[in-house]
Amino acid sequence: MTMKRQITVTVNGEQHHSEVEPRMLLVHYLREALDLTGTHIGCDTSQCGACTVLLNGEAVKSCTVLAVQADESEVTTIEGLAPEGSLHPIQEGFWEKHGLQCGFCTPGMIMASYNLLKNNPNPTEAEIRKGLEGNICRCTGYQNIVRAVQYAAEHMRTSATEPVGAGGE
Amino acid sequence: MGIAAMLGSPIKRREDPRLITGQATYVDDIKIPGMLHMSVLRSPYGHARINSINTEAARNHPGVVAVYTAEDLKGAVGNIAIAVPLGHVANGMGARGALAEGKVRFYGDPVAAVIADDRYTARDARDLIEVDYEPLPAVVDVEKAMQPDAPRLYEEFDTNVALSSHPPTDDIDKVFADTQANGGVVVKTRLVNQRLAPAPMETRGVVAEYRKAGKTLTVWSSSQIPHLLRNILAATVGLPQHQVRVIVPEVGGGFGCKLNIYPEELVAAFASMKTGHAVKWIEERSENLAATIHGRDQIDYVEVAATKEGKITGLKVHGISDLGSYSQIFTNVIMIAFGFPVSCGAYDIPAIHLSFDTVFTNKAPTDAYRGAGRPEATYVAERAIDLVAHELKMDPAEIRKINFIKQDQFPYKSAAGAVYDTGNYIIALEKAMELVDYQNLRAEQARKRAEGKLMGIGISSYIEICGFGPKGSAPVGLYESARIRVEQSGTVMVYTGSSPHGQGEETSFAQIVADEFSIPVENVMIMHGDTDSTPEGRGTYGSRTLAVGGSAVFNATQRLKEKMKLIASHMLEASPSDVTLEDGKFSVAGSPQKAVAFADVAATANLSNTLAPGIEPGLETTVFFEPEACVFPFGTHIAVVEVDKATGDVELTRFVAVDDCGRQINPLLVQGQVHGGIAQGVGQAMWEGVEYSEDGQLLTGTFMDYAMPIAPEFPEFELDHTVTLTTVNPLGVKGVGEAGTIGSTPAVAAAVADALNVAHVDMPFKREKIYNIIHQ
Repeated sequence: MTMKRQITVTVNGEQHHSEVEPRMLLVHYLREALDLTGTHIGCDTSQCGACTVLLNGEAVKSCTVLAVQADESEVTTIEGLAPEGSLHPIQEGFWEKHGLQCGFCTPGMIMASYNLLKNNPNPTEAEIRKGLEGNICRCTGYQNIVRAVQYAAEHMRTSATEPVGAGGE
Repeated sequence: MGIAAMLGSPIKRREDPRLITGQATYVDDIKIPGMLHMSVLRSPYGHARINSINTEAARNHPGVVAVYTAEDLKGAVGNIAIAVPLGHVANGMGARGALAEGKVRFYGDPVAAVIADDRYTARDARDLIEVDYEPLPAVVDVEKAMQPDAPRLYEEFDTNVALSSHPPTDDIDKVFADTQANGGVVVKTRLVNQRLAPAPMETRGVVAEYRKAGKTLTVWSSSQIPHLLRNILAATVGLPQHQVRVIVPEVGGGFGCKLNIYPEELVAAFASMKTGHAVKWIEERSENLAATIHGRDQIDYVEVAATKEGKITGLKVHGISDLGSYSQIFTNVIMIAFGFPVSCGAYDIPAIHLSFDTVFTNKAPTDAYRGAGRPEATYVAERAIDLVAHELKMDPAEIRKINFIKQDQFPYKSAAGAVYDTGNYIIALEKAMELVDYQNLRAEQARKRAEGKLMGIGISSYIEICGFGPKGSAPVGLYESARIRVEQSGTVMVYTGSSPHGQGEETSFAQIVADEFSIPVENVMIMHGDTDSTPEGRGTYGSRTLAVGGSAVFNATQRLKEKMKLIASHMLEASPSDVTLEDGKFSVAGSPQKAVAFADVAATANLSNTLAPGIEPGLETTVFFEPEACVFPFGTHIAVVEVDKATGDVELTRFVAVDDCGRQINPLLVQGQVHGGIAQGVGQAMWEGVEYSEDGQLLTGTFMDYAMPIAPEFPEFELDHTVTLTTVNPLGVKGVGEAGTIGSTPAVAAAVADALNVAHVDMPFKREKIYNIIHQ
């Protein structure tokens, strides 16, 4: 058995000290060690984006990040995007615009949308489609996802919402 | 939401809050104390003999609890279920055990399973299993597999062909000869409907927990068919049905590939029964693309005859269905049972001749993928009518109008055998043409052609068959069921045998109940997916859930409403026939001030000990609905493409869809189904395709290689609809889950052929192929 490593990771504002195998993927650490199962695994090869989380404020595919790489970092998952009991405008947008069906890609899609809107608060439809090309949805045909992000952009311009422990700038 | 008028309202889904916050529970989110993890070793060959398997090193690996091969399952786990064994399949061709025995027949065929403390250990130990394979010649080309000298998958048979049908052609030959004698045309082509991966974003997964004390097995599975899985699993692992419970938690998409009983579900159950621990198996994506069923993979030889005015006189189709290596539940009948009955499409074709071969090859088994047989049949009918239009230099819209089944011909018995319930095909076509501005589009195309640019317009006027299935149409009754209980508070609990997995029936079923009881939709709870609490159902597939399961829900509300009226009539001292239910109140016709609230009647029914004689306490009923006939949704899709001459790049610039699925219970959900369906249908036409090398190696084993459609590749879909009610169920609904996929593929294929001004191009329309056609 490989020697375990000590890591300290702040996830959704809460600090965790853990011992992990060096090979443990961040997504498995979040799902299995911390029981944050909102982040999903869709392809194992970082094409689908279902596992997207924010690492120090930037979107990463957590199936291709090792847990040890997140040592001393801040991670935000879907569970931490909005304070308990409320919805982030992106979550609202997905609900309002029927931007999901089976819901499996949705947490990653929402986190990727967060990153997209952070970098471009007023995207065109083409920019939204381009910005989400690293996230695959098999159910919606993407149209209502685009509308969900447009809804969020509109509502975020009127209310500056920061996720719990988003870190970064 | 207010009271009543929920039917037809585009309300937001009640499923969403848990899904958008990460609080939903999919199979991989389930943790059980002491749970073990399973990893499956698979064949790296398309075809090979297994000389020996050495599991010793794997078994001795720290953390490994057990390693199983086919040897261990003997006498304990039966073969994979096949719904309709026909031809050689009835005699064992295509039969598969849960783990390969003696031979592997496709890349990904499961050979051994490791059970270990955690998933990393299980995966490590999997690599320690040594299998001595003797590679055998493989056959992946279905037409080569039909040759007498082809490598044989099942050596006890002298062929790879499972079933053939070649009826005499005298009648159709005469139709063709007469047509030609009268100045008409006969056009022939070969159409390839390539192999696809259903690829739901959640792969398959199962947790099996056997408790030795009570000999009970609970299985959580990402499945479309909880009851069928329970029934078949119990029989296959040798447990009485009542000792098996299947729970289908949140399911991350199915598209048909989760309506099977799979080897891994059986092995996980076996492993749990052996070890006494819960066992979890979660499919990796590379396994999903290799070993979950594929869809389509059909070749059609098509001949179509038409008068010189464009009226089709006869259609002759020889279908070759590539079954892959084994028969899964519907593998061997997808083409003949679900495709062939709708071979005439939306057209009044007086004569048809259908013949076929179904053939095993060294590839993953094929089975139902969104549309299942109907996309293939629709592709044939739509390409056939376009071939005639191309030959006669007719407009594809015009030729469709000439050949449509007319509104006064319904119910219409097609020459292919199906009886179409209702339809009004021309209005959908005309609406789509108006939406796309067809005349101006043709003018624009002419202008662009004059400038040397390639633009194409394609039309597909599809029909499909849904709502399976009527009495006698399948080996077992394909009913659906609903149990409804009105609680003393007035809250309504609905237990459905259907198993939605993304379609949103928790919302749409609640709308039906809220309207019928005229109560707020929030007061209706929809429960599904647990075989211990829901009445027997057949699952969610084939666009049947609203038409069949929704009808069961509707009928159950009617039965309870009658009982509530009876109770209300005693409370109001009125005749039951005078009592009506409106605005959440039972009142007496003509004197609306005499009323009792829905909740008061519910409370009385559940609590009173002075109910009138003959009235049983409680408000609960279970209803089964078995449809009298199938339903036939329809519509017209129009695709516009531009082709770059320099690169062969095809861009889908517009997509218009006018669909008719009967009454729309929730237009928002209908829209979502159509969007997603179009994306999958366009995906087939433009990019997708499972590829194997000649020796059976899978070449599309990741999402990098299998071209899953992404957001920038699509234009905004432009939708509209028509409403033609069906008469075969009380809701007038037809189904919409597969329409987008069925209708869209031929529209894109027609647009590309139109752009290139050729009769036909096989899918997918990748740059190299298109470039070569332009520059040949």
